[in-house]
Amino acid sequence: MDDILGRAVERSIEHAVFGGEVGRRAFIARVGASAAAAALASVFPLDAARAIAQDKAGPPEKKDLKVGFIPITCATPIIMAEPMGFYKKHGLNVQVTKASSWAMIRDLSINGETDATHMLSPMPLAISLGVGSQSVPYVMPAVENINGQAITLATKHKGVTSPGQMKGFKFGVPFDFSMHNFLLRYYLAEGGVDPDKDVQIRAVPPPEMVANLRAGNLDGYLAPDPFNQRAVFEEVGFIHLLSKEIWPGHPCCAFAAKREFASNAPNTFRALLSAIVDATQYARDRGHRKEIAAAIAPKNFLNQPVEVLEQVLTGVYPDGLGNTKTVPDRIDFDPFPYHSMAIWILTQMKRWGYVKTEVTYRKVAEEVFLAGACRDTLKSLGYAAPETTSVKHVFALGKTRLFDPDKPAEYLASFAIRKV
Amino acid sequence: MRRDRVRVAAYSVLIGAVLLGLWQASVAGKPAGKSIPGPAAVAVTAAHMLAHPFYDNGPNDKGIGLQLAASLGRMAIGYTIASVLAVSLGVVLGLSPVLYRAVNPYVQVLKPISPLAWMPLFLYTIRDSAQAAVLVIVMSSLWPTLANTAFGVASIKRDYLNVADILMLSWPRRLVTVILPAAAPAIVAGLRISVGSAWVAIVAAEMLIGGTGIGYFVWNEWNNLALTSVIFAILAIGLIGVLLDAGLGRLSRRLSYQE
Repeated sequence: MDDILGRAVERSIEHAVFGGEVGRRAFIARVGASAAAAALASVFPLDAARAIAQDKAGPPEKKDLKVGFIPITCATPIIMAEPMGFYKKHGLNVQVTKASSWAMIRDLSINGETDATHMLSPMPLAISLGVGSQSVPYVMPAVENINGQAITLATKHKGVTSPGQMKGFKFGVPFDFSMHNFLLRYYLAEGGVDPDKDVQIRAVPPPEMVANLRAGNLDGYLAPDPFNQRAVFEEVGFIHLLSKEIWPGHPCCAFAAKREFASNAPNTFRALLSAIVDATQYARDRGHRKEIAAAIAPKNFLNQPVEVLEQVLTGVYPDGLGNTKTVPDRIDFDPFPYHSMAIWILTQMKRWGYVKTEVTYRKVAEEVFLAGACRDTLKSLGYAAPETTSVKHVFALGKTRLFDPDKPAEYLASFAIRKV
Repeated sequence: MRRDRVRVAAYSVLIGAVLLGLWQASVAGKPAGKSIPGPAAVAVTAAHMLAHPFYDNGPNDKGIGLQLAASLGRMAIGYTIASVLAVSLGVVLGLSPVLYRAVNPYVQVLKPISPLAWMPLFLYTIRDSAQAAVLVIVMSSLWPTLANTAFGVASIKRDYLNVADILMLSWPRRLVTVILPAAAPAIVAGLRISVGSAWVAIVAAEMLIGGTGIGYFVWNEWNNLALTSVIFAILAIGLIGVLLDAGLGRLSRRLSYQE
């Protein structure tokens, strides 16, 4: 039974990779069946996919794991899974370890000091492509949170209401390869501000942002929470715009691992993914948000006042301009890594010159964003899962508001401000 | 002499009291969280932390004692490696003026590089953050010892070496009984500078790599803008630095000699 299922999974992946039966046969005829299987295994964690498709997985190959995280609310499912017992429930003994910056998260993961890790959703794509890093194949089977970022400006800029007034600003973003960077650039460019010429954008580790804003080193930042809300709490800044007001439902942070880990320890990978997806679904329920805020606030994890975390997670918050806002989906949790999200990210990496070579958008998206694995996990846990892995995304502002993942080149060409 | 000592102590206490007073006065009356915390608030935090210096709440939250111990342990490894390397190389360079001048330009180029600048390279090559931090300590504490050892050995009185020649001492005996003792004050002076720079570097390195150590502690409290903890940590770092320096100062007095 397992064999048949395994074979079926292999075939469907072959289908996706080689573009149908004809392509596959032609390829096998040219190189032979075993070479074809090896070639396939080299681009896709077949073992992992097989393990995920089977209902009963074997015992995890490795139980004691380390998962890296940056202390921000985007990492909520990864962090809360430890104190709230989601890892244990899925048979794993996981220690979450805090890292100081995204460069450090990347190096700890590449060097194998962590088994799997919290990442910004563009990072596994960039690392797999070898952009801004050595080239290491990564897989990203789950998104952590959607929305959950904001543009915070220093209090002295209280009069600023549009991108046009931001010329000459110094902005912070957590990392070059972040949704934060791409959304800030999108927002500025739609307002006629060239993010490479009219403003300065620098990478600042999230925890250091509030201190830099207070010191006047930054005029603002597009940052993950709690650091937007923390700036309000400290009375040094105000929330100018939530990132969901740019792209409602955009992916933010993600759960990722080296492809090598997924294929060497498929059962562990599957159990870990189940724990993460389980925790993400738990966090999705707004009724659980206060409990979660209390679980992740201690020094061991986010090291933040519970009050600030509650304001972020419940979406009832002061904006620093004297208003109290209620935006329940200010941050939301949805694990499904749509391929179309990856394609959007890749178009922006090209747009701003991070990728200079040709990109086969869909191929890279399918190799890194494991939507199928996430769907199977959702279903095995009894949750509904989207059938389609690629959708059209609708932006809330901008000239070209509809992103069609089947036409990335046209989309890219529609922007007036771009580097390519 | 005794009276001087009493006066020094009295002045020290007075200066300390004035500084604390100024600090307290500058923050008095301002709401907490709006300015840097005063000495009273820091003292409360300090008492709290010193009450449980060795608690261990998992990998991301440990007591101040454990953090300091982690930093000192890391530093001891790196400092020992650096000292052994620097003294050996320094003796060789000190005994050979030609080699000394040949190597000197490279040492001069490497010396002013901030040890932290090596961190990305170490992480990339040795693929281990803990070892990378230790190597940063090695880089920070190598040069002062090396330069001082080479200088100390090069300026050993010719007479001592001539006596060693006449006695036809073997190389190891010559090294242990003549060269090292004669150069000891210079070497220890180098070691003393090195221990200071190693301690300076470890805090910065730990802020980068995270995990454990007093540098990570400062970074983690900075995240939370918990300035009382940061100030307390700064004081603790300074205090440990003084103790390290005093230890080597005592060693230096013991090894000094009159010619």
